[in-house]
Amino acid sequence: MDTTLLAVENLTKAYPGVVANDSVSFTVRPGEVHALLGENGAGKSTLVKMIYGLVRPDSGVMRWNGQPYEPATPHAARRTGVAMVFQHFSLFEALSVAENVALGMEDPPKMGELSARILEVSDAYGLPLDPERLVGELSAGERQRVEIIRCLLQDPKLLIMDEPTSVLTPQEVEILFETLRKLSAEGTAILYISHKLEEIRSLCDGATILRLGKVVGTCDPREKTARELAELMVGQTLHTPSRESEALGDVALELNSLNLKSANPFGTSLKDVSLSVHAGEVVGIGGVAGNGQDELLAALSGEILAAPDAITLNRAAIGGLGPNQRRKLGLLTAPEERLGHAAAPDMSLTENAVLTGTIREGLTQNGFVKWGAARDFANSIIEAFDVRTPGPENAARSLSGGNLQKFVIGREVLQRPDVLVVNQPTWGVDASAAAAIRQSLLDLAAKGAAVICISQDLDELMEISDRFAALNEGRLTPPRPAKGLTVDEIGLMMGGAHDMEVSHVEA
Amino acid sequence: MDFSAINPLVLLASIMVASTPIVLAAIGELVVEKAGVLNLGVEGMMITGAVCGFVAAVLSGSPTVGFIAAAIGGALLSLLFGILTQFLQSNQVATGLALTLFGLGLSALVGQGYVGIKAPPTPDIHIPLLADIPVIGRIVFQHDLMVYFSIALIGVVWAVLKYSRIGLILRAVGENHDAAHALGYKVVRIRLLAIMFGGACAGLGGAYLSLIRVPQWTEGMTAGAGWIALAIVVFASWRPWRVLLGAYLFGGVTVLQLNLQAAGIAIPVEYLSMSPYLITILVLVIMSSNRNRAALGAPAALGRSFHASS
Amino acid sequence: MLRLEKRPAPSRFWSASAPILAVVLTMIAGGILFAFLGKNPVEAIRTIFWDPIFGEFAFYYRGQLLVKAAPLILIAIGLSLGFRAGIWNIGAEGQYIMGAIFGAGAGLAFYPSDSFLIFPLMIVAGAFGGWIWAMIPAILKTRFGTNEILVSLMLVYVAEAILASMSSGLLRNPDGMGFPGSRNFKEFPAAHNDFIIEAAGIHWGVVFAFLAVISTYVLLSRHLLGFQIRLTGESPRAARFAGVNPSLLIVFCLGLSGALAGLAGLFEVSGPAGQISIDFNSGYGFTAIIVAFLGRLNPIGILLAGLLMALTYIGGEAAQGNLGLPAAAIQLLQGMLLFFLLAVDVLSNFRIRRTKNEVA
Repeated sequence: MDTTLLAVENLTKAYPGVVANDSVSFTVRPGEVHALLGENGAGKSTLVKMIYGLVRPDSGVMRWNGQPYEPATPHAARRTGVAMVFQHFSLFEALSVAENVALGMEDPPKMGELSARILEVSDAYGLPLDPERLVGELSAGERQRVEIIRCLLQDPKLLIMDEPTSVLTPQEVEILFETLRKLSAEGTAILYISHKLEEIRSLCDGATILRLGKVVGTCDPREKTARELAELMVGQTLHTPSRESEALGDVALELNSLNLKSANPFGTSLKDVSLSVHAGEVVGIGGVAGNGQDELLAALSGEILAAPDAITLNRAAIGGLGPNQRRKLGLLTAPEERLGHAAAPDMSLTENAVLTGTIREGLTQNGFVKWGAARDFANSIIEAFDVRTPGPENAARSLSGGNLQKFVIGREVLQRPDVLVVNQPTWGVDASAAAAIRQSLLDLAAKGAAVICISQDLDELMEISDRFAALNEGRLTPPRPAKGLTVDEIGLMMGGAHDMEVSHVEA
Repeated sequence: MDFSAINPLVLLASIMVASTPIVLAAIGELVVEKAGVLNLGVEGMMITGAVCGFVAAVLSGSPTVGFIAAAIGGALLSLLFGILTQFLQSNQVATGLALTLFGLGLSALVGQGYVGIKAPPTPDIHIPLLADIPVIGRIVFQHDLMVYFSIALIGVVWAVLKYSRIGLILRAVGENHDAAHALGYKVVRIRLLAIMFGGACAGLGGAYLSLIRVPQWTEGMTAGAGWIALAIVVFASWRPWRVLLGAYLFGGVTVLQLNLQAAGIAIPVEYLSMSPYLITILVLVIMSSNRNRAALGAPAALGRSFHASS
Repeated sequence: MLRLEKRPAPSRFWSASAPILAVVLTMIAGGILFAFLGKNPVEAIRTIFWDPIFGEFAFYYRGQLLVKAAPLILIAIGLSLGFRAGIWNIGAEGQYIMGAIFGAGAGLAFYPSDSFLIFPLMIVAGAFGGWIWAMIPAILKTRFGTNEILVSLMLVYVAEAILASMSSGLLRNPDGMGFPGSRNFKEFPAAHNDFIIEAAGIHWGVVFAFLAVISTYVLLSRHLLGFQIRLTGESPRAARFAGVNPSLLIVFCLGLSGALAGLAGLFEVSGPAGQISIDFNSGYGFTAIIVAFLGRLNPIGILLAGLLMALTYIGGEAAQGNLGLPAAAIQLLQGMLLFFLLAVDVLSNFRIRRTKNEVA
């Protein structure tokens, strides 16, 4: 076939203990928008890293316009005409936009000229950007524009996009899709990685579905329903979380005009955040990454202190209390970053159980740790939450993402919180673990606890929340009942398209 | 007490000489830190450079050979640090300390037979015309070549970091090694080169002490100059010209206290000789109390080790 | 090509064996070094590592072993707590000097009293001297975020200047005919850190070193504070989340290491060294850093590492006397030991694999 741009044939890559890609084959035509669909851990990232020259396959071949294609480095891949937008951006916060763009190009022009071209391209595609600004000062959406423009400046034949919409509001997603359709019409092939089925159905011409490193199907996504795609992807019928009907209790947690300066120089400060959460209720907090989620969690966990009466728990002012005093009163939290924040990577599960469990589980006596009791607590988490591990003496980092997340959430849930706050509870977790975690949050609320779930996964929030609010540049919208909210309404709560429409005029 | 013994012209001129070892070592360390590596072994590399330079100069009779040998010696020692931290993933703080302890031992061993010998003299250059300008000519334009080399080096490092592609890549590696790796840059190789540059500069700084400033070899003669170079990098917020400023300020304090000692001022000698260290602490406190600015200047990946997982 | 691959969990086997491997490698490299210096490498290595314990004059050397090891262990134990938590006190040498000055000063102030309270008072004063010196970097770090590595190190040079001033000024022996140096504690029994068991080389410093080892072991393995110290070193963010107050931890770790270094200084100056003099300190504060790492920051490991390092001192002196081996060679040997340890350490966290061509 002479219309094939990239052909991947029987690509295999094994890491110790896991075959990331097992004889994967697919083709991409010029101008095609091709989806790579699969769960976390299905091998999508490894596959595109091989195409981008970051990882070399163990076996199999790739062809580019019929010629053998063996990129040894990303430089070689870029010279061939492959460009990539990374999921976790490959950007440098302390450098300017223009410098960031230059670093991703093979033969960048002089800085002045480059800035002019950035402005030119950003105008042509409706992606406004100021080349002189530091990337650290940009929002997540703007950072993605930097990555995209960096790719566009090289006139790529194939553009790889790894989960690009996770940092965008629904309105911004629409604008991105317009850009991608325009590129595709100009003949650029796009390899689009996602697990969001509706997006793929609206954007892509073809799809290759991966499960556990193997291709399990190819299809035209427009001809399939989302349900069919999901079952191809997961390989089983999914259990949808359910909850019993509940009666709301009293206000358990209240935020009164919480203002907080971020500890991180490039972080987002919280501005005038107010919210009250009732016992038995799940409040979902959405928003694009980097709009104050980490800061909100830190304010609630007690890692950053606030004015005493800015946060009240069961009517007691707790804004000035540290993490352990709050735990004692019944406010528990689970941060987003599993390794290095919620858990210490090199410590055992028993030690990680002690990390938050000392107070409510009585794991210390006169300051001495009761290791026997700690081990029992760790074991009970492992059992209750089906954490797959040989035993509590294993290091946290030896667990898979889903299992460690179940451990981290289970550790807090089993301590019978009055209020539980979780941030990104199912981020990077496989579908069955995600379902189990969501179910446990719902069960907790059914037993009368108040739950705040901060997440960037809107489907998740719609599934479990009673009320929904969104963070946008450190401000929290008033919460609204989740039932009946439309995607458009949610998008507007998250800040709409931010400056994207307006800035056509500005730039 | 006799203040008239202090000649302000000589004083000012000697500041440039006293500061040069620190300028050299600090600008090298600045490049290393910009690449995201914290090498606490500056003292060890300096003293190794001091002894290598001294021995080579005595054996060859040429200070130039001495300086070249010092740069090579410092770079080789730093390569040891580079291999340990970059390939074997050892802790940078611990390895830097080990480098200092090792360098002190190594230099003492190498320099055994050379205690008390005088180094071959390095000529001062009289820059024509400029050197004859009254007052300023004597202070600024009548030094040895290394003084001017050190200033030129600052300028070169500044220009390279600011304007060149290699400088941009170096800063990128120091800022976010994972992203740099994802874009295809050789993080480990770039860092190794930066480390060796830092080692060579520290070696030159050490040799300046043993060949020009003192000029003799004594064990432990760097007396903390390497540590002060580290402090000056912090003081300078990782900016090359401020390294020069910091080093000259420090050199000024050192020279002044030596002159006061010589003038027999009533303050006991011990208190004068501790003053440069106290002032360094003071400056560090002032710099670090302004946390935001310090945080913005520091390379974000400083001291974190990199291991490509994919 | 060889490639490192991170282990899912640190290897227990290698973290215990790495120090032994490092010692063996040091002996080999040291042997090569000695051969270059024109000495018989086997004889030199035997003189340093074997003879002091099993040789002809071992009865004398064995006692020396504890005398040299005690200050190293005391200081290293304190440093190890901070190092575990990522708090880098590099200025133990300064705290050691200040402990000696405060302790000796407290004793000499009461010369020639024979009250039995003098020695305990000196112990308190010595610990205080080291503590206060370490509090300077601690407070600067917690108040202003100043780098404790540089401050604690600068303070070594300041302490050395104070020592010089004291030994020729305030603490100078009034009967010393103007020579610098304080009174000798051997002639001041109430303040003398004499041997408890002379043949074994046990003085009060040795007792304190053992106590420090045991209590630190208990602290780290059983107490919540020890858990918090380990947690902070592993993952500072997780520690904050667990409710650890980083400032308090900095003050505690630096303060304790300063106090222990101060104690070591006091026991040294009032015992083996005998007097405050301009160069009574022999770099124990720096060597203790090697001891702490060599002992893998583990109290029992530090005990063994301290003994090993003491062995290199004693054996080194013997080799100096018998074989004419330069003192610097021993210093170099100690530096090499730390280097090899850091190098073989990679084995406990990584697996080495052979791979085909691997990009990345």
